[in-house]
Order: sequence, then C-alpha cells, then structure tokens
Amino acid sequence: MTTAYWMASDSWTLTRRTLLHWRNQPAQLLLGLLFPVMILLMFGYLFGGAIAIPGGGDYHEYLLPGVFTLTMAFGIETTYTAVATDATRGVTDRFRTMPIAAGAVVTGRSIADMLNAAVGLLVLLACGLAMGWRWHNGFASALAAVGLLLLLRFALLWLGMWLALAAGRPETLMALQILVWPLAFLSSVFTPPSTMPGWLGAIADGNPLSATAGATRALFGNPGADQPVWLAVAWPLALLAVFVPLAVHRYRRLT
Amino acid sequence: MIMVEQLTRRFGAVAALDGFDLVVPPGTVHGLLGANGAGKTTAIRVLTTLLRPSSGHARVAGHDVARHPERVRARIGLVGQHAAVDEELDGRQNLEMFGRLHHLGTRPARARATELLERFDLPDKPVRQYSGGMRRRLDLAAGLIISPAVLFLDEPTTGLDPRARTEVWSAIRRLVANGTTVLLTTQYLDEADQLADHITVIAAGRTLATGTTDALKRRLGDDHLDVVIRDPLCLTDAAHLLAAFGPVRINKDQRQITLPVRDRVAALTGAARALQDNGIDAADIALRQPTLDEVFLHLTAGSEERTPA
Ligand SMILES: Nc1ncnc2c1ncn2[C@@H]1O[C@H](COP(=O)(O)OP(=O)(O)O)[C@@H](O)[C@H]1O
Ligand SMILES: [Mg+2]
Repeated sequence: MTTAYWMASDSWTLTRRTLLHWRNQPAQLLLGLLFPVMILLMFGYLFGGAIAIPGGGDYHEYLLPGVFTLTMAFGIETTYTAVATDATRGVTDRFRTMPIAAGAVVTGRSIADMLNAAVGLLVLLACGLAMGWRWHNGFASALAAVGLLLLLRFALLWLGMWLALAAGRPETLMALQILVWPLAFLSSVFTPPSTMPGWLGAIADGNPLSATAGATRALFGNPGADQPVWLAVAWPLALLAVFVPLAVHRYRRLT
Repeated sequence: MIMVEQLTRRFGAVAALDGFDLVVPPGTVHGLLGANGAGKTTAIRVLTTLLRPSSGHARVAGHDVARHPERVRARIGLVGQHAAVDEELDGRQNLEMFGRLHHLGTRPARARATELLERFDLPDKPVRQYSGGMRRRLDLAAGLIISPAVLFLDEPTTGLDPRARTEVWSAIRRLVANGTTVLLTTQYLDEADQLADHITVIAAGRTLATGTTDALKRRLGDDHLDVVIRDPLCLTDAAHLLAAFGPVRINKDQRQITLPVRDRVAALTGAARALQDNGIDAADIALRQPTLDEVFLHLTAGSEERTPA
C-alpha cells in the first residue's frame, strides 16, 4: 500500500485511541468540558457586574469571546498531559520502534485535540447563547471567528507537544496550569487593557490571547474590539512556524 | 541475528557502552546479565533504534541499526523496562491498536488481539485494574503482535513478586518455543539460567564473558554451599570441618558458612555427614548458584590472574 494510505490509516488509529479514552472515561471528558462553563458563569454573574467596558456595552457580550479564547488556551494542558504521559510511560518509545508512518503520531494527537476543542467550543457557544450573548455581523463572520479560535488552539497544540517532549514529565503540568492564569489575566480575556495600569495594559495588549479575543469580538460584533483582525492570524502562524518543526524534530530525534 | 562490534555510546562524560560485543545466532535465547547501571538498557535502546551509537556497528535481523532503522523496526518487538501500555484502554483495545499500527489491517488486528489475550491469560478489563504481572504479560503480548524476528526484553521480571515472576517466565518460554530469537536482560543469574541458552555478562558497558549457559556457569564459578550452624560456639569447629570441601567464608552474625563447591552432590552429602559425625547441629544446609556479586568477583579475579605481573 502507499505511504499516503498508511499515513491516513495510522493517524486515524491514533485519533481513535483518544476517542476510546473518552468512551472509557466519560467523566473526565465531561469535567474538561464543564470547567470553562464554570469560569463563564463565575465571571458572567459573580464578578461581571463590577467590570465596565470603555465605550459602553454589555459585559456578557464582552466576556464570551474572552472565555472562548481562554478555553482554547486551556487546551494546551490536555495536549501536554497526553504527550508527557506517553513519553514517561514508554508508550512513545514503543511507537518509535514500530513501523508507523512518519508524522502519524503527531497528526493523530492533533486531530483528537482539535475534535476536543471543537466540541468544547460548541458547548460554550450554546451556553453563551443561553446567557443572552449574540453575534451581530452575520453567520459568515461568526464562522470566521470560530476559525480564528481553532487556529489559536492548533498553534498552542504544537507548543504543548513540544513542551511535553522537551520537558516531558506529567508533574510539570502543575507549573503550566499555574502559568496559564497570569497569562489569562494579563490579556483582554476578562478586562479591557485600557482599564489596567499603564505598563500592565501594554503587556496585555501585546498578549497573543488579546489578539484572538479582540479579533473575535470584532467578527462577532461584540464590544471592546481593540485589535486588528490580522494579528489573530499572525500570532498563531508565528507560533506554528516555530513549534511545528521543533515538535516534529523532538519526536523524531534519536538522542 | 544480532551482531554487535565494539559498540560505544556516551552520554556526555559517561560511557554507558564502552566497546560492547555481542553475537546472537537465529532461534536462540540470549541472556544479557549485568548489575544496575551496567549498560543493559542502553544496549537494548541502541539495538531497537531508539538511541544512536557513538561508534561501532550493530546489525539486527540483517540491517544496520544506524543506517536503516526503519527496516530494523519492521522486524523487531520491544518490551521495555517499564510496561509501555495505555492505562486508559483495556487489554483488548491496547492490543488492537498496536496491531493496526503494525499494519495488520482491522480484522486481523482484532483476531490477533483475541488470540494474544487468550494465550497470555489476560482479562478484558481496564489496564489500570491489572496487577503488576498482568501488565507485564500485556506488555509481552504487545511485543509479539507481529511474531517479530527478534524480541528484546529489558528486565522482564524486575519488581515482580515471585508468583508473577513465574507467570512471566512461562509466558516467555512459550514464545521461545515458537522459534523467536530473544535477547533478554536481567540482573539475576538464575533468571538467565532458567530462560537463556547463551549468556553474555556485561559490566561498565563492556562484555566481560560470553558463552553457552552451561559452559559459562562453569566459568562463572562453582555453585555455593550455604551452611547455617545452630550453636554459634560451634561455628569455628564447623568451618574447620567444611574447609575440606572448599575455601570457606564465615558470616558470624548469621552463623553461616559459605563455600564454593565443584562436585555438588559429594560436597552436600560429605558436609552433612562430617557435621553429623562431629555432633554439630546444622539449622540449614543448601546448594545455590552464585549471586551476581560472586560472579563478578570471580570473573575480575580471573582476569587479574591472567595479567602478567
Ligand atoms: N539518557 C542518559 N543520560 C545520561 N546518562 C545515562 C543515560 N542513560 C543511561 N545513562 C548512564 O549509563 C549507564 C548505563 O545505564 P543503563 O544502560 O540504564 O544500565 P542498566 O540498564 O544496565 O541498569 C549508567 O551509568 C547510567 O547512569
Ligand atoms: Mg536498565
């Protein structure tokens, strides 16, 4: 059979492996899906009343694109855990000694994680609609916004894969989980950077999460869109250009 | 089937392999015997294409591991030092996945999984509920999906309780009966003795001795006789009596006398009779194979003797 056939077949076998994990442990999948919903409810109803949007606008309308973006960022933990666990358990080494098509292991991981991200995003979109959030610029723009969110997730997926292969211990996950939070707060995910002290606001403006959050706000027609849309394309592409080769090299590398 | 010549592998300043040689003919079971840190895992990782050698040559199943790793991979199975299976799948799902990744096709992969589950007596439940011995057996089964030309087993029984150890041993014996060439590493002489027809002793990354199990066992030193004396006051007298059968070592704290013996049966019966005739009560008397430490003492002592002064 051809190389392309085995590439597709092996990638599917490895994607299917993650689908089986979900079937075997639905509770874990559900918890992963519910966590962003919890954040949404917390910020939407608990703290939301206290946060004002410069130029006016409803905070729920501002918050939703932020939480979509944050959820894509959280996804890096899923990728990291899966890849680091395989590396420490010796599963990665077993794959390496099998005649698997080159690149199928990373492709299988990507497809599974992107499926997970898409499902997570669908759940959040539904929650947002239930909370009264709407898109205002038509379906095509909304679809483009979803595309930008998934693009961010895809870029972070490769960063996560590289981190796991390079630093490869499941325990390091804790550090990653803690680091995601300052990254989230120092962005426009929850609050507009223009309301932050000068230098913090500047950092928040340069944060790639702010780029995606700002661009999706613009495309959904939600308030607080303060960044050009092209930045939300440029940032993930830059991350991909760096971390795809690094991760592939790490995976293939025989030390 | 495996040909290794002057293989070295350095990690920075550490030479994990330092001029390692090995020859394994097809259809044989070869035991690589060495203490912790001797370089066993490094040797296995180089031979299974997971590590590049620093220098030297290694051929597995007719292919050079550094030049054609993908050809080697199609012919080998690896069971690493830690059970490399997916904890979140059940036993069948694991074997099916590995079968598909070996390009058996969906249906044959499923059939193979069923066959292996049965052969290794594995229950169809989540791997996280498996015992240590079951995990090891699943790991073995996964290494056998394609009936590899060469199977590598890295310390297959380390960390297992005696019962699980025997289970894994019999699993290995069954697959050896199929004619697979096996290279297994171990820290225990009795394990190599039980499973292998050839043994290579490795220390500090170098081949120390090699040969058929029987020939090597003779070279590795004689069996040892352990005698435990009931009354500590009789220990010295007993040692004098037993010195007639070989050079004795005395362990006062355990009231034990140890001596290497050449003729097992004569030594055992002779020692028992000598003690009895002199009214010395033995709490225990047993023949055993030398431990790895004793083997190394013997081998290094031997090489020093050969060095001209
Ligand atoms: N990745 C590595 N980096 C540095 N040193 C290593 C590495 N792997 C093994 N070593 C060293 O090489 C030597 C042999 O190790 P190993 O092959 O694991 O021995 P064994 O399997 O016989 O216990 C040890 O001294 C070990 O510390
Ligand atoms: Mg080892």
